Amino acid sequence: MSTVQDIEISDSGRAASAGLASGHGFRELEGEKMELNMGPSHPSTHGVLRIVLELDGEIITKAMPEIGYLHRGDEKIAENMTFNQFVPYTDRLDYLAPLANNVHYALAVEKLLGVTDRMPERGTYLRTICCEMARVSAHLLGLGAFAMDVGAMTVFLHTFTEREKVYTLCEALTGARFTTSFTRVGGLARDCPKGWIDAVAKFCDEVEVNFDETEKLLTRSPIWVDRTKDVGTISQENAISYGLTGPNLRGSGVDYDVRKSHPYLIYDQLDFEVPLGSVGDSYDRYLVRMEEMRQSVRMIRQCIDRIPGGRDNELGLPVNIEDGKIVLPDKQKVLSSMEELIHQFMLVTQGPNTPKGEVYFGAENPKGELGFFIHSRGGGTPYRMKIRAPSFVNLSILPKMLQGCLISDVVTILGSIDFVMGECDR
Amino acid sequence: MDWGFIISALVKAGIVFGAAMTAFAYAGVMAERKISAAIQDRIGPNRVPLPTPLMAAVPLLGPILAKLSATFVAPLLNPVIKGLGLIQPAVDGVKAFTKEDYTPEHVNKVYFWIAPMIVFIPSVVILAVIPFGSTLPFGEIAGVDIGTQKMVIADLNVGILFSFGIVSLSVYGIVLAGWASNSKFPFLGGIRASAQMVSYELAMGLSIVPIFLIVGELNLSGIINYQAENSWLIAPYKEHLLLLPSLFLSCAIFTVAIFAETNRLPFDLPEAETELVSGYNTEYGSMKFAMFFMGEYIAMIAGAAMIVTLFLGGWTLPFGVLDDQATSIWAGLAHIGIFVTKVVAILWVMVWVRWMMPRFRYDQLMDLGWRTVLPIAIINIGVVATILFFNHVK
Repeated sequence: MSTVQDIEISDSGRAASAGLASGHGFRELEGEKMELNMGPSHPSTHGVLRIVLELDGEIITKAMPEIGYLHRGDEKIAENMTFNQFVPYTDRLDYLAPLANNVHYALAVEKLLGVTDRMPERGTYLRTICCEMARVSAHLLGLGAFAMDVGAMTVFLHTFTEREKVYTLCEALTGARFTTSFTRVGGLARDCPKGWIDAVAKFCDEVEVNFDETEKLLTRSPIWVDRTKDVGTISQENAISYGLTGPNLRGSGVDYDVRKSHPYLIYDQLDFEVPLGSVGDSYDRYLVRMEEMRQSVRMIRQCIDRIPGGRDNELGLPVNIEDGKIVLPDKQKVLSSMEELIHQFMLVTQGPNTPKGEVYFGAENPKGELGFFIHSRGGGTPYRMKIRAPSFVNLSILPKMLQGCLISDVVTILGSIDFVMGECDR
Repeated sequence: MDWGFIISALVKAGIVFGAAMTAFAYAGVMAERKISAAIQDRIGPNRVPLPTPLMAAVPLLGPILAKLSATFVAPLLNPVIKGLGLIQPAVDGVKAFTKEDYTPEHVNKVYFWIAPMIVFIPSVVILAVIPFGSTLPFGEIAGVDIGTQKMVIADLNVGILFSFGIVSLSVYGIVLAGWASNSKFPFLGGIRASAQMVSYELAMGLSIVPIFLIVGELNLSGIINYQAENSWLIAPYKEHLLLLPSLFLSCAIFTVAIFAETNRLPFDLPEAETELVSGYNTEYGSMKFAMFFMGEYIAMIAGAAMIVTLFLGGWTLPFGVLDDQATSIWAGLAHIGIFVTKVVAILWVMVWVRWMMPRFRYDQLMDLGWRTVLPIAIINIGVVATILFFNHVK
């Protein structure tokens, strides 16, 4: 009787037996691995993220995200202009929630100036409404794109119908649908137009119907649950050690929301809950976002009910800090009064005069904690500005999450992390 | 040689092919776009008007025709035609034909060119064995005795086996396309296609074994005749009430397998546009892509026709004389109408499902195919066989 080695066998068989005999196991049999470039232009990388995948069949053995394709040097640009001039650049950070970026940037500069308490209440309320509307719109798109990546295209178009209404509201408020540039240091570009708050109230009613429809399409759909449950699970420890924030962190069950733990604007007066996930998988992150939108609508309603001056500002309350050294004075006065003319000139040419010092302000953006670190050496321009972009930090966990997943899971995970490259690359 | 047979077969083939292409354009593309638009709160295609300027190309009368059409016909019909997007499929077809037929440098040219045809042809060929009506008793027309024509191109006695054999061919086209493209995303799509289609073909084949057990023949016309005499096979209440759940299950499995076989969502993994860019057809464009597209939609139509033939009684309708072979032309035409209506209804369901569901993951699809659908299909055969055995013994 012949041994295995004696039989004429094909190369792979020989390799197997030789491998077994030499004690190397099946190492020789490991097939060739394929390197696959997902992105920078790929339908589900949401912009220009590039992931270099090493594949064994459809299983990912290694994943390396490469970022920077949208790098514009925003932080450096900030050093070369006055604080107000940088507002339009904040639109282009998380371009799915420009209003929130505007507000948080303005709050950071106001913290540097030390004028946070002097902000009129009406302006603060409007800012809060803006932030929460931005959150709803960002989550609507995030969820829709997530669902579309997993194959449910109808969900995307349904959520985008609502998002379209947010755009229309943005246009009525700021004049621009996408790049809003609404805030100024010490206030807003203008008060909301007549009837705008009523439109927001109407939107709140309509969008809640949409949430229910979306939930009907996804939450209990067996395929959706199969695709997202236990996919891309992030444990509490990992979520914290990788510095995740926002819905991704709360999806893992960590109770941290900047709005609750370090309240800013009027969040300490609002009644809202912070939804938490239990496992930290993609499904939990989906549920967390879904509930966050409902909570946002709840907050918007509270703001509408309590907004000082009434819906259309019948009392004529101010929305900006009335200090010519911070906020541009009334144009009529500029043309007729010397002091205001000087203020206008100084603000436009030099910017608001900030004290020397360093300040960090972090706030709850739709994607996570958006932080501005400003180092000022006095004057109207920052010496150095660092933007803590939540998407950038959230993406850092990607290689860990992707390992051992299937290609189909990549799109699920990317969708559930819900990042924006504009913010990540800055 | 029987020239009459050849001519009648050719005429029927021509008509069926024409009908299939029209159905592809309208039931497929336009209905897909319009239904998806309705589901997604959109309007859908609504821009293409009557091609009035084209009429000017007609010799001599052209300018007059164009003028007449522009002043009288177009204002009247355009709102309807635009609103329904009726010209859209034609324009899409023209676009596909007139686009530059680009072949990338890195592909294996021969296979790259053959692959779309291998996808397209089998899906059309399946239509040959499907009886789309009972008979049309023409009798003598203009001195030529046409006689009574059976409304099936090829009345094969192994019709169903033939169609299964042909259906499995189209997977080669997809695999070949994925491989010949010499590019990574199509390659992955091709691998997925081969695994998916092979596994679901098994379930598909096993799911209709109960039908053969009950009917006792493989000829599709025979199966329809059986359904005309007894009851539709989706619910064979006249044979034995115990068979009802089994046959309903068979129908369900067969439908799922047809979805998988035609690469429709939730089983569109070979294409999976958000994962694999466009899957096996990523490198294709212009008419070669349109061939894949047509192949897919005609396979869908053929699949729907198979469901109708095997489970929903084909051209029969259990009211009045509609169950009998047609004795007049009108009855024959009515039968064709019934068949087409049923097919369109199934197609509508297929479109509807596509826009309501997320996509399966590769391993979940395999799991469903091998560990759920296949065992159920096998058990189902056993159950039906047992019921029939005792039924027979009694």
